[in-house]
Amino acid sequence: MLDIQNLHARIEGKDILQGIDLRIGAGEVHAIMGPNGSGKSTLSKLLAGHEDYTITDGTVSFDGADLLELNPEERAAKGIFLGFQYPVEIPGVSNMVFLKAALNAQRKIRGEKELDAADFLAWVKHRVKQMQMNPAMLSRGVNEGFSGGEKKRNEILQMLVLEPKLMVLDETDSGLDIDALKIVADGINLMRSKERSVLLVTHYQRLLDYVKPDYVHVLAGGRIVKSGGPELALELEEKGYGWIQQAA
Amino acid sequence: MSTNQEDIQALVRNRTYSAGFVTDVDSETLPPGLNEDVVRAISARKQEPEWLLEFRLKAYRRWLKMTEPKWAHVHYPPIDYQAVSYYSAPKSMKDAPKSLDEVDPKLLETYKKLGIPLREQEMLAGVQPQVAVDVVFDSVSVGTTFRKKLAEAGVIFCSISEAVREHPELVRKYLGTVVPFGDNFYAALNSAVFTDGSFVFIPKGVRCPMELSTYFRINERNTGQFERTLIIAEESSHVSYLEGCTAPQRDENQLHAAVVELVALDDAEIKYSTVQNWYPGDENGVGGIFNFVTKRGDCRGPRSKISWTQVETGSAVTWKYPSCILRGDDSVGEFYSVALTHHRQQADTGTKMIHIGKRTKSTIVSKGIAAGHGQQAYRGLVRVLPGAEGARNYTQCDSLLIGDKCGAHTFPYTEIRNPSAILEHEATTSKIGEDQLFYARSRGIAEEDAVSMIVNGFCKDVFKELPMEFAVEAQKLLSVSLEGSVG
Repeated sequence: MLDIQNLHARIEGKDILQGIDLRIGAGEVHAIMGPNGSGKSTLSKLLAGHEDYTITDGTVSFDGADLLELNPEERAAKGIFLGFQYPVEIPGVSNMVFLKAALNAQRKIRGEKELDAADFLAWVKHRVKQMQMNPAMLSRGVNEGFSGGEKKRNEILQMLVLEPKLMVLDETDSGLDIDALKIVADGINLMRSKERSVLLVTHYQRLLDYVKPDYVHVLAGGRIVKSGGPELALELEEKGYGWIQQAA
Repeated sequence: MSTNQEDIQALVRNRTYSAGFVTDVDSETLPPGLNEDVVRAISARKQEPEWLLEFRLKAYRRWLKMTEPKWAHVHYPPIDYQAVSYYSAPKSMKDAPKSLDEVDPKLLETYKKLGIPLREQEMLAGVQPQVAVDVVFDSVSVGTTFRKKLAEAGVIFCSISEAVREHPELVRKYLGTVVPFGDNFYAALNSAVFTDGSFVFIPKGVRCPMELSTYFRINERNTGQFERTLIIAEESSHVSYLEGCTAPQRDENQLHAAVVELVALDDAEIKYSTVQNWYPGDENGVGGIFNFVTKRGDCRGPRSKISWTQVETGSAVTWKYPSCILRGDDSVGEFYSVALTHHRQQADTGTKMIHIGKRTKSTIVSKGIAAGHGQQAYRGLVRVLPGAEGARNYTQCDSLLIGDKCGAHTFPYTEIRNPSAILEHEATTSKIGEDQLFYARSRGIAEEDAVSMIVNGFCKDVFKELPMEFAVEAQKLLSVSLEGSVG
C-alpha cells in the first residue's frame, strides 16, 4: 500500500530524514518509535503533504501512485489521514460544517456522490456515539476551546467519519488520561481491517498495549535503525533508546 | 506549490468582480461641476418645494467653507469636485414609471444580472419570504415593489423624491434632524446635491410585514452618487431594512457620499443591514469607488433600539461610521461589522455610540479582514455623557490578516463623564495560519475553500445578525471576494 524508498528531506537547510525505507502492506499496523528530534513528526507531516519540507531524494508511492506529486487534499481523497500531534483550532467553523465539507470534498475528488445533509447527519452522529462524545460538540467550532484530550478524541472522530485507508497517527496518545486512551484505541481498532493500514507514531509503549502493532520500527537520526515485532517496543520501554543508537 | 505566505497572497490576488458590467441606458446627465446653479437645477428637475431648495443652498454654502477630513487612516489623490457630475437619470425615467411594466426593460435586465429580480419578486409574492425592494440607478429611484401590501399596513416605502412630493410634512419634520446639513464635509455635500434614496415610515404600533430593501447602482461614467435615506419608526413599531450596492468596473475613481438618518421613537426598533459591494478597483489600485458615508441613528424615545449590521467588501476607500445617539432612557445601540480589504483597498470604519439617556446600552462587534496590500482600520468612539447613569458598552474588535503585506489598525476612543458607566473592550489580531490551512487541506478541503471557510468562521458573530437570506448572500460575497487561482 505504502512504499517509501530512500527518502531524504530537509527543512531550513537542515537534513531531517536521511534515507527512510518503509513498506506498509494492506491491513498492517506499524509503530514508529524513537527519541525526540529523530524525524518522526517530519515523516508523518510529509506523508500528508506538508509543504515546508524539501524532498532531496527518494520516492513514496501509495496504491501505485506517486504520492509526492499530489497536494494535501488529493492525498486525503486517496485515503491518507494524519492525526495531528497538535490539532488546530478553527474558530467559528463548526465541527459539523468542517466534517461535511471535508467528506464531500473527498467524495467529489473521487467522483462519488456527495452526501446530503440528512445522510451526513445520521452518519456523523453514529460515529460521535462510538467515540462517546457529546453530540453538542458538533455545533462547536473546530477544536475551539477543546482540552488537549478532547482534541485528540476529535482527531479520531474525524478519522472514523472520513474512513481513510492509511491512518498516520502522530503521538495521538500524548496528553490522554487512561480512559481517553482506551476510547481512542477503541476508535483505531474499530477502523482496522484487511484493507486499512495504520502507522502509529509514539514515544511510549502504552498505546501499543491497546493497539497491537504487527511491526515496530525505531527511528533515530533520520533513519530507521532497527525493525522488529511487538516485542521490540517492550524492549525499548525497558532499555530506552541509547543502546540502539550506539549499535547504529 | 507551497502553502507559504506568498501563495496565500496569490490565492486572494485574482479577485473577480461579478457586478462589473455597464448597462447601456440612454441617460440625461448634468455636465460636471458644482455651483449654486447646479444645486438649483437638481432641485428644479425634481420639482421640489422652496424649503428643500433652501436646505440645499444652506448646505452648499456651508460646504464651501469646509475642508475634507484628513484624520482617517486612508490615502488617496485629491478629489476634484468640479469634475463630478451631480445628476444622472435614465432618460426613459423622466416621466416616472407608474408600475414595473413601464420600467425600461434594460434596467430590469440590469437588476436581474445583479440577482435582484424585481418582477419575479412581485410574481412570487407569498411563496418566498417576502422582501420589498426599492432600486436606485445612478441618481433616481426606478421602482419599488410590494407598495400595495405595505400601504395596507400603513407603511410608506418609496423613493425620497416621491416622499418629498407625497409626504412633505414628514420629510420636512425629520430631514436633517439626525445628521444636520453642516455635520461634516461629505454630509454637507450630500445635503446640497442629494438626488435620490429611500424613504421609510412605519406608523405607531406597526410591525413592518416584510423586509425592506434598497439596491443602489452607479452606472454612468463620471457621476457621483449622493443618496439620502430617511427611516422613521414611530412608537412601538419595528422594521428591518437592507441596502445593497454595486457599480461597474471603471478605471477612474467615482465618488459616493451618502447620508442615512434613522429615527426611532419610544419602544421602536430599527434594524439596518448593508451589503456594500461597490467596485473596489483593480489589483494595482486603479479605479474603484470612494465611499464616504455618514450614517446615524437617533434612539429618540425610551427603550428604542437601533442595530447596524454591515458587510463591507467593496470600494477603493471606505470612510464610514454608522452611529447611534442613545437619547432615550434604556435605549440600545448595536453595531456589527465585517469589512474586507485587499489589493489596494483601504477602509477606515467603525462606529460612535453616544450615551445620553439613563441605562443606555451599546454593543460593538467589528471584524476586519485584510488581504493583499489591503489596509484596515477600526475607529470607534464610546461617549458617556454626565446624565447617562448606568450606561454600558461592550466592544469587541478582531482583525484577521491574510499574507504579510496588509495591515490592520485599531483606534478605540472613549470619553466617560459618568462614573457609573461600565465599559468592556476586547481586541485581537490574528493571521490566517498556515497550520489552519494545512489542517483543512489534510482533510480534503481545497485551499481556496479552506481560506473562505476560515474567514467565514471569523465573521460568524456578525453574519448571524443579518436576515437569513442575506447572511447566505454575504457569505457567498466573501467567498467570491477571496477567489483566486491556486498555484
